[in-house]
Amino acid sequence: MHRIRTQTKSINMSTPSKPSPSFPLRLGEGQGEGNQPAITSGKPVREITFGQAINEALAEEMRRDPTVFIIGEDVAEAGTPFKVLSGLVKEFGKERVIDSPISEAGISGIGVGAAMTGMRPVVDIMFGDFITLTMDQLVNQAAKIHYMSGGKLKVPMVLRTTLGASRRSAAQHSQSLHAWVSHVPGLKVVVPSTPYDAKGLLKSAIRDDNPVVFFEDKMMYQLKGPVPHEEYTIPLGVADVKRVGSDITLVATSSMVHVALAAADALQAGGVSAEVVDVRTTVPLDKQTIIESIKKTSRAIVIDEGYERYGVTAEIASVIADGAFYHLDAPVKRMGAMDVPVPFSPVLEDQTVPTPESVAEMAKRLCNKI
Amino acid sequence: MAQPKSKLASKKPSSTLSRDQALHFYRQMLKIRLFEEQVNQLYLGAKMPGLAHLYIGQEAVAVGVCEALRRDDYITSTHRGHGHCLAKGAAVDRMFAELLGKESGYCRGKGGSMHIADQDTGNLGANAIVGGSAGIATGAAMSAKMRGTDQVAVCFFGEGALGQGLLYEVMNMASLWKLPVIYVCENNQYNEYTSYRETTAGEVATRAEAFGIHTEAIDGQDIQLVHATSLTLVERARRGEGPAFLQCNTYRFYGHHVGDIDRSYYRAKNEEQEWKSKRDPVKLFAEWLKKSEMADGKLLDQIEAETATHIKEAVDFAINAPYPDPNEVDQHVYA
Repeated sequence: MHRIRTQTKSINMSTPSKPSPSFPLRLGEGQGEGNQPAITSGKPVREITFGQAINEALAEEMRRDPTVFIIGEDVAEAGTPFKVLSGLVKEFGKERVIDSPISEAGISGIGVGAAMTGMRPVVDIMFGDFITLTMDQLVNQAAKIHYMSGGKLKVPMVLRTTLGASRRSAAQHSQSLHAWVSHVPGLKVVVPSTPYDAKGLLKSAIRDDNPVVFFEDKMMYQLKGPVPHEEYTIPLGVADVKRVGSDITLVATSSMVHVALAAADALQAGGVSAEVVDVRTTVPLDKQTIIESIKKTSRAIVIDEGYERYGVTAEIASVIADGAFYHLDAPVKRMGAMDVPVPFSPVLEDQTVPTPESVAEMAKRLCNKI
Repeated sequence: MAQPKSKLASKKPSSTLSRDQALHFYRQMLKIRLFEEQVNQLYLGAKMPGLAHLYIGQEAVAVGVCEALRRDDYITSTHRGHGHCLAKGAAVDRMFAELLGKESGYCRGKGGSMHIADQDTGNLGANAIVGGSAGIATGAAMSAKMRGTDQVAVCFFGEGALGQGLLYEVMNMASLWKLPVIYVCENNQYNEYTSYRETTAGEVATRAEAFGIHTEAIDGQDIQLVHATSLTLVERARRGEGPAFLQCNTYRFYGHHVGDIDRSYYRAKNEEQEWKSKRDPVKLFAEWLKKSEMADGKLLDQIEAETATHIKEAVDFAINAPYPDPNEVDQHVYA
């Protein structure tokens, strides 16, 4: 087991491939719909990277449905700077894996128009920071067209992009802006944490009749995890308990799920049993799973890599306060990215994102273990 | 006369309109004219929620272009979009109902004046973001090409949209990929309350030419010219020869929106008068119909009376139509 960075987020490069007391959970329950991969005894489960899982989901959906196509900057032969789309142009040709000019607003708008008229575009926006350039097309067009037309027109478009700091990419290539789009009615927003979830959720996103913004933590593309050969999808709007615990709930998104899991490991050594809830989609938000967990544990920390101020953590903390107030033994705590532009220098950048250590320390405080 | 200059003014293609076609064009233009006059009355009578942006003065553009299209071709429209919707085939009763926020409106009252969409006539929606539909029209054209149909998409926009970057992003791609899209720039000479000359550097049409897009700049008050030019551009796009840019020079007879009455600070009264008296597309075409002996004054009066009755019945329908159930407020957020 090695780590992709030394000090921050601490994402394990490999998620467990066989049952363990902590992860994955819900083994064998409702296989193929919303849960973890089936583990057949004696048969090793295949492990692939997060990036490969995305690639597989796209390839499978493009084979299944001729209206699915990809448009974006350097998506064809280059396969994106992260090489996530490598090989797709070879199978599907340049007509379906379309290299575009550097025109984020333009390709998003073209995606909206194509989606309204019978296609299922997957628009690739290289860095999440660049969704700012697509905002009119996402917020004023894609999100509202179904509603404004009284339910007649639909925009079945997926906009894939990235989030996540600590790649030493500085302020304009490191933000996690999923809260922006989560704020807008009409959009769905996916923030997967594992290769298994990424594949199943992306397939559902492509099949969804609504515009879906799909955020991939660029630091997780090499993260490995079990993904079965068999086809499966995961419905949007179903959270997943990634680890069962009894003293505190760590509600997390995307790579922060791994921070939470690492914190839970550390807490276990100190006698604190932490449950980890991966929300998987911020819209729709599975409030019930979150609330039920906190009713059981009575304490909660919400961890997300977006800016803390007015962020995803605030929304989920409010859901908890509303739904589990009388069960709480401590204030709900929020841990997001620091409210500063992401700095370049490693010594500065590493302070801006929650770490397993900082989450564990907060959890101990809430559980009176310090 | 404040006709925008263009070095690209094209020759007038010879009109081959049949009498039936010509009278249909007249009816369509008159329908838009009387519809919009009724909208203004609804506003003045405080019967319409919100505002509306009247298309009066520009009727020849919408009708001339849309009559060159098939029903399954696409259009995207603007905040000043009633004319485009009607020209593409929308029914006046459901248009009025939408303007009044009624359930029987094209969007169940959820869109209103600036967002009328009607997929049955290929109308992908009016758009209240200036230039906001350029991507949608271009995407629809790309979709048509990918699906192997010969549909064409028309993107209507005013010259105000020339200030928006999205337009240039998608014109670049439309030209690169030879997409069947026609960008129809209606230069009514005013970006809201500001002359386009204060906002637009260089020549309008050369902006599209820079992308290698076939470009025409014409008199938008002449419906025969608009129609004949559009036919050429549409057929060209249908054959796979790529996008076109059609600049139609026109004039907005009323204000930016209903209630924009005091316009003296941005344009002179005598300029308005000159356009209304000499460059009214409906009057010009009526004169041509009479001169070419396709209609006499009596027939034109009869058409006007029929159209007025039709508009009156439609607005009565809309006024009496029920509002949507309040429970609909959170329906159609997601498909």
